[in-house]
Order: sequence, then C-alpha cells, then structure tokens
Amino acid sequence: MAPRKSRNREPSPPPAPAETDASPQVEPTPPVQVLYCSVCSYPPEYCEFGEHLTRCKQWLHEAHPDLYEKYYSDEALQAKIGTLSLQAQEKLEKDTAKKEAKAEAKADAALKKKMASQITIKRIERNKRKYVTTVHGLEAFGVDLKKVAKQLASKFATGSSVTKNPQGQDEIVVQGDVSDEILEMIEDGVGLLKGIPTDNVELVEEKKKKGTE
Amino acid sequence: MNSKLDLIIVSSIKLSQTLICWLMFKKFSPSSDVAGHTPVKSSVQRAIRGTVLSQWKIESETLEAIWPKKEGLVHVKCREHISIYTVHGEPLLFQHFDGPLYPTLRILHKYPYILPNVKVDRGAIRFLLAGAHMMCPGLTSAGGYLPPADEALPAGTPVAIYAEGKEHAVGVGITKLSTEEIRNVNKGVGVETVTYLGDDLWVQNSL
Ligand SMILES: [Zn+2]
Repeated sequence: MAPRKSRNREPSPPPAPAETDASPQVEPTPPVQVLYCSVCSYPPEYCEFGEHLTRCKQWLHEAHPDLYEKYYSDEALQAKIGTLSLQAQEKLEKDTAKKEAKAEAKADAALKKKMASQITIKRIERNKRKYVTTVHGLEAFGVDLKKVAKQLASKFATGSSVTKNPQGQDEIVVQGDVSDEILEMIEDGVGLLKGIPTDNVELVEEKKKKGTE
Repeated sequence: MNSKLDLIIVSSIKLSQTLICWLMFKKFSPSSDVAGHTPVKSSVQRAIRGTVLSQWKIESETLEAIWPKKEGLVHVKCREHISIYTVHGEPLLFQHFDGPLYPTLRILHKYPYILPNVKVDRGAIRFLLAGAHMMCPGLTSAGGYLPPADEALPAGTPVAIYAEGKEHAVGVGITKLSTEEIRNVNKGVGVETVTYLGDDLWVQNSL
C-alpha cells in the first residue's frame, strides 16, 4: 500500500513523465448531450426504426431543421442504405410503414376505449344520515388514483382513500356525501381531474341494503 | 443476405435458458417486476464504485460527476435476480446476479467511451430493436465492426453495440464468444443483447 520505500534505488532514474501527469487534478469529462426525439424517445437517427416515423419527421422538421436536412435529405437517404441491399432497404421501409400503421390503429383504439369508458360516482348510505362517496373508473383516463384521493381529502377536509371494490378494481372512497361536488370538479376540470369528459360520468345512489323499505 | 436474417430470427425464437435471463428488459414493468428499493450501505457502495472503476473505462472524477460520493445509491431489486442501481431515481447501472455491471444505455450515450465497441450492420438494427441477440454475420459483414486482433475482447465482455451509419449506440451487450471467435466461427450468437433502445429499461427515466 505504501510505495514510499525506495530500496535499491537506481542512481539516476529519469523521472517518469506518467508520474507527474497523474498528480494534477483531473477534470471530469463532460457528458455528451444526446438529442432525443420528443415523439419516439430515440435519437433522431433511429426514428426510421420506430413506430411514428411520420410524426417524428414532422417534429424534427420543426424543432431542428438542420438535423432534418442531415437525416432526411436525398443524399442522406442514399448514403444511409450503406451495405444493405436495395431489396432489403425496400423491405425495411415497408415494415416501418406497416409498424406505423399498426401503432396508429392501436393508439386510435386505445383512445376510443378511453373515451367510451365510464366513470361512476356513487353515493352510498352507510347508516341513517351518514354517507360515503365512491368514484370508480378514473384510472382509464390516466390519472393517479392515490393523488386524486389526496386532492379530494384536502378539498373536502375528510377521509379519502383508494380501496379495492369486491370486483377487485381500484376505486376512490371519500367519507361523506360529496357526489355533486365531485361531479362539479370534473366539469370544471379542477387539478388532476382536468380533461376528463363529463359525458362519461354517471351519478348513482346506493340505499342501505339492510333497511326495510 | 436472407439466410443471415433468418439466423437472427431463429435466435430470437429459440430462447435457451441463458437467453431468457439476458433479455431482461424486453418485458419489464416497475409495478410488477420491482420487489423493492433499498439504500445501499456505504461499504457496499465503495465496493461497487471500485468494480465500476475496474470494469469500465472511466476516470474516478467523471464517475464522481455521475454518482457523487455523498449521494446515496439506491438498489432497485427486481425479479430474476436483476439489480438496478439509481441515483436520485435515475437508473445508472444494473447487474444480473453478481455478473458484470452494465451502464444503462442513457449513461452510455453520455459517456460513450466507457465500454469497448462493436458494430452491427444496418440489416441487424431492426432485429436488435425487437430484442434479438446479435448474430456473428451481422458483426463481421462490411457494415459491422469488431476490434482488431491486437485489441481482441474475450468472451463475457460488456460492450457498447453501435450500428452502421449511426452515431450513437443502439444497445449494450455482452460478448458470447471472443471477438476473434466471432470472426472465425461467424455463425450463431456473437453478442447477447442486454438492453437496447426502446426496451422497458430505456423508457424508465426514473425508478
Ligand atoms: Zn422519433
């Protein structure tokens, strides 16, 4: 561990240059800043292999016209074929187009499903004049249920949590009758509830089961 | 040409046991695959830092910039004995069992010199992006690259996988054969893909 001992030192060894180089403070090498495509997340040179080439190109054209020229000018397209045969290149382009169409269709279907999914706000009578309000189906709109529960808890100064219903699906349970207020919040797009279509929301009421009518 | 592509396809279908563990981020979802987060003990952090410095080509000053000594490393324990290590939630490196430590592809993009390079030809890119391992012919063809004989890499070396005509690495892999064997045998899997552009680790900006 201690290389200080200088036994058998040669009479006049020339000072090794490496030794003097090692002593000064070495600066860290700064990172290479790689640009990533805001559509597909790849470096733009790889967008051609992704699922959104048309949108990727659109983005690059607007955001970085110089790079667009670099990657998609006629010369660039010629050059990048590289060692690939013309036939293989054609196949690649066809595949990319197919992939893109598939991804688009999938995104469309997902959006349709999302727009069709139902949110249920249910007022449940617990006993006498005590109620809980459950909100079901929000997760289809990509909101974080736990965060929404927190938002509701602080808004109404009441208990609010995410629990599994008997069907095993997550839903938000808020103490108290706040169903109208929650509907209003969705209509106004308050906080995390922004962008949720009001048409998909349904208000229902569940009477106490045990009670005799 | 075609037979080469076929070989690559076959390799991605015929999953031997080792292949299964190495395709670790083809299907990975934090909600189901992460078992827990634990801060790493400082003695263990020192050991990891030492291993990184010996396995990667990186100055300790640069490593210090990526992963400052006073910042805690967090061990994200995943299924199948995969460990991801993060700093401030950003995945930095990962490991399978007690195998070599790999940088994430995002870290490799920032510090491209930390691993030795191989390059696959253009025809292989789309297979790699689908999660396939890299067959020898894709590395030995005119569009590929392997280090020269005097810088040959032994089997089991983590490598940066570059691609013909592209500036940035497309994946991180490990040599299955030595680079000289890849050249001479020229068939079968040459480099196993460990992580690649667009896989489920790539999309995790924070874990
Ligand atoms: Zn893109």
